[in-house]
Amino acid sequence: MTQRISKLLIANRGEIAVRIIRAAKELGIPTVAACSEADVDSLAARMADEVHILGPARADKSYLNVEALLGALKASGANAVHPGYGFLSENAAFAEAVQAAGAIFVGPSPETIRRMGDKAEARRTAQAAGVPVVPGSPGELFDLESALRAAEAVGFPLLIKASAGGGGRGIRLAESAAQLAEEFPRSQREAQAAFGNGAVYLERFIGKARHIEVQVLGDGKHAVHLFERECSLQRRRQKIFEEAPSPVLSSQQRESLCASAVRLTEALGYKGAGTLEYLYDDSTGEFFFIEMNTRIQVEHPVSELITGIDLVQAMLRIAGGEPLGLQQSDIRMNGAALQMRLNAEDPARDFFPSPGLVEQLVWPEGEGVRVDTHLYQGYRVPPYYDSLLAKLIVHGSDRAEALARARIALQNTTLTGMASTLSLHRQLLDQPWLHSADFHTGTLETWLAERPMGGE
Amino acid sequence: MAEYTVITPLPGTFYRKATPESPNFVEVGALVGADTVIGLIEVMKQFSELTAGTAGRVTAFMVEDGDPVEPGQIVATLDEE
Repeated sequence: MTQRISKLLIANRGEIAVRIIRAAKELGIPTVAACSEADVDSLAARMADEVHILGPARADKSYLNVEALLGALKASGANAVHPGYGFLSENAAFAEAVQAAGAIFVGPSPETIRRMGDKAEARRTAQAAGVPVVPGSPGELFDLESALRAAEAVGFPLLIKASAGGGGRGIRLAESAAQLAEEFPRSQREAQAAFGNGAVYLERFIGKARHIEVQVLGDGKHAVHLFERECSLQRRRQKIFEEAPSPVLSSQQRESLCASAVRLTEALGYKGAGTLEYLYDDSTGEFFFIEMNTRIQVEHPVSELITGIDLVQAMLRIAGGEPLGLQQSDIRMNGAALQMRLNAEDPARDFFPSPGLVEQLVWPEGEGVRVDTHLYQGYRVPPYYDSLLAKLIVHGSDRAEALARARIALQNTTLTGMASTLSLHRQLLDQPWLHSADFHTGTLETWLAERPMGGE
Repeated sequence: MAEYTVITPLPGTFYRKATPESPNFVEVGALVGADTVIGLIEVMKQFSELTAGTAGRVTAFMVEDGDPVEPGQIVATLDEE
């Protein structure tokens, strides 16, 4: 039983609410901004056809308040809910409640959300679909002979981990079979002494990994990928700078990575847009699935720019019962795209939050430049939510052109009234290692700690 | 005894306890030092501790747990002793 979307409620705020309203308008779908009392002056509230106030500023009283959202759904007469990212976007109970209210949840089924939200279950599902996960011994090991045998399949360097350990305790590194022979009995004794259980297992150690993820779209039967994004530049596990495609994959590696993502997506009977995250080991060229995000992601625009596919529109069409209408061969990769996140954080003060009043605001223009934002001149950025102000996204015929455009776009951006990560991106674009794509998930934090302004 | 006001320098959400399950950092009537934490201010998902700023006895909280605050707003009052 499928129904068309006649009116869409947006259960989110900030730039993604603006992004969703824009896509809905393009499809001729009326929109309802469900917002907190602190967001009545937001750009999303100004753009939407209707505004419903959920409750006070606090997220638990507004954007996380399922009762208030269901109330707004009923009062507005909307028949679909787009959850955006964060908040309730990966909350299976919310998706169920929306469906129980007779409305469409724009996303996969509650069962799929639940299944991929459970990390062990997600790993098993991936393995069953033939998607590589971080290699490890099949089970616990009790003697050196079986450990050495298991190590052949796992590969070196590897970690010997206590089954009963946790939080980083009970782990030893072995870089060779000889070292494993030395360390294995020690690990067993240590595990026995520390945890009262001598069982240990082996897991591949990936020292310098890149974070690479694959964008997928499915209609419940058929799935396609929109190539990969690389998001290795992170601070405290928060992505700062993202790009598509990854600058380091060969076309064979890309094909194999993306095909694995499509296998898993089809095995799930996945409906909507999703992202499969992988660790990529530069030294071996291997990739390992880590998790799936069952929602739209902050960095989705870079995939849109290299494929020409509007992901949010696609989500709405699929949710409204339309088939995917795309074959893999229809999706071509064109050039390279970069995204720089402008956050209300002060890079000179250890990224301390800096909400405030937008005074001067000038966005860059020109070929291949896109800005996704919820700012306008005179807008007061509230202190209650995350610090994302805008995403500056550039596209070029290749990575070098995209980087050149990014530099110019940053120069042509003015934002006063609050500190932001604009200055950080300007510095970042001057780094030779960024241009040569010589980085891994630890690079940005090392650079921040060592650069003259950082560390404080 | 002079009355002293504890003012938040930051905008955000004020909390009187570290987690929803924790007891309050301090109760009205408690004796505090200048460095005693009396609450947290959450700004854009980052938490900063708010200290009493002077030694004294807490006489009142002007803001409830979980309420929004503006910079310069009085959060609590103390009697300096």
